[in-house]
Formats: sequence, structure tokens, C-alpha cells
Amino acid sequence: MDIIIQPWSWYISGPLIAFVLFLFFYFGKNFGVSTNLETMCTIAGAGKVSDYFKKDWKERDWALTFLVGLIIGGFITINYLSATNTIDLNPKTIQELANLGFANAGDSFVPNEIFSIESMLTLKGFVILLIAGILIGFGTRYAGGCTSGHAITGLSSLQLPSLIAVIGFFIGGLVMTWIIFPLIFG
Amino acid sequence: MKNIKFLVLGVFFGIIMTKSEAISWYRIYEMFKFQSFHMYGIIGSAVAISMILMYFFKNGKIKDYLGNQINIKEKKKGFIRTLVGGTIFGLGWALAGACPAPIFVLIGHGILPIILVLLGAMLGAFIYGLLSKNLPN
Repeated sequence: MDIIIQPWSWYISGPLIAFVLFLFFYFGKNFGVSTNLETMCTIAGAGKVSDYFKKDWKERDWALTFLVGLIIGGFITINYLSATNTIDLNPKTIQELANLGFANAGDSFVPNEIFSIESMLTLKGFVILLIAGILIGFGTRYAGGCTSGHAITGLSSLQLPSLIAVIGFFIGGLVMTWIIFPLIFG
Repeated sequence: MKNIKFLVLGVFFGIIMTKSEAISWYRIYEMFKFQSFHMYGIIGSAVAISMILMYFFKNGKIKDYLGNQINIKEKKKGFIRTLVGGTIFGLGWALAGACPAPIFVLIGHGILPIILVLLGAMLGAFIYGLLSKNLPN
């Protein structure tokens, strides 16, 4: 039990993710999460506005079931399978974040400075979360996949579009972390 | 009921994502700062093992549960769409510290503001759908 409630190292986690990919394909489906964002638009009625969303979402009900599982899995782990919720960060990371105004980096999964209700209810906090979401939704659909579909499925099946997409992921991530972040929070 | 295996798979993946800390905003920040090997180890080992799996899928040594050949969907081609789309996603990934699957896992953690990120992501997908015909490939 002790092994389960401690954080898992990368060499346990990575192979388990590959096992999840295996099960997806074994059950006759491809591994990828971001297509669900379009399915959710269809369910919300986007088909009335654009033909792009006129699809039968019931064909993807299995994928939506997977999403419900993710929520349950997160709930179970954080409440019953975690000895600690602190993240063992590089001290340098903690120091740099402190300089940007992030107190107690690593004491929880996500920083209060972005993910507390109080922060969400400020104009700046609200806009940050909304824009981050829009970038994720637009970007993944334009690129045709996210971390699961491109970085894991696409790279491992040696598809060139996925390599280009992952290079893009890093260009965007580095620009945000190194350039835009200090402007927003500095 | 035929979908129950995907529910179980989701629970399993939600557990892995939490235990591996891959859903932690801090882990993503640290990754883009090159200050930890953790995320590179996770993604790298997942890709390396998946490569072996893909090899057996493609040559038919591993079939699906019905005994059929496993087909790997071809990704849409297009240099601009993958590079620009990927870059836009990367900006959002680093800012929110979460990609699509972790958003759902974090809802399970009870972090309610992540729902705003989810609504934004749906809005972003919606905007893409509206513009898709006019965007360069």
C-alpha cells in the first residue's frame, strides 16, 4: 500500500501510460483526448451555428465515458490514495516562482495564485483561465491533437505531423514560460 | 454497458495522472524551464514503449479484442496547421499547466476554477470549428 500512496516515479508512470494506450487500441479505439472538446460543443448545440459540429455525438459516447472516469480517478486518488499532495520540485524552480510572486510553490498540485476561487473572481485571474482554455481548445483542434494524440500516439507511430506539432507545443510552452509569464506575473 | 471498460480505463488513467504528478501545474512549469527530468522521463518512456507496441500493431502480431487488425489513424497533414496549432496549444498548456486530459482529472480533485479552463477550451474548439474552412493548412 505504501508504494501506491507515495508519488510515482517517471519510470513507473511512463510505462503505465503506454499500457493505457495499449488498452485503447486493444479495445478498437485510438488514444486521444482533445477531440472530445468538439464532441462537447456538439452536445452543447454548436451544430445549430456551424455545420462543422453537425455530427452524431453518440458515436463517441465511449470517449465521454472515459472523461467521466478521469474525474472519478482524480477524486479517488486525491482523497484516498495520496500520502502527500506536495510536489517535490527543484529548489531553483521554487525560488524562481517565489520571485514571480508564487508563494509556497509545490505545496499543492496547482498554485493558489491561479487556481483559487478568489483569484478566479478577479478580472486578471478570470481572463488568464479563460484565455488559457481558448488557446488549448483552438490549438489542439487546429493541430489535430494534444499530448495524448500527437506526443504519445503520433510520435510513437512515427508520424511526421506529430513531430511538427510537438515542436510547436514546445515553441509555445517556452515562449509562455520564459517570455510571457514574467510579463503577466513579474 | 459496453462502455464500462472506458469508464474503468478513465479511472485508471486519472489515478496515473495524479500519482505521476503530470497534472501538476508546477511540473509543467518545471518542464518548460528544463529544471527537472520528471516529465521528460514520463513522456519519453511512454513514447518508447508505445513505439514497440505500434510495431506489433502494424505487423499484426497484436490484434484487438475481436481479433481484428489494429489501425492507427493517420494524423492530418499540413505544416502550418500542425506548427501553428501546436504553438497555440503550447501557450495554453504552459499557462494553465494542463492539457485536455488533466483538466478533467483536476475537476475530480475539486479544483473548481479549472472548469473555466474547460469552458474556454470548448469555446476555443468552437472558434476553430467556425473558422476551419478558412484557415491555412
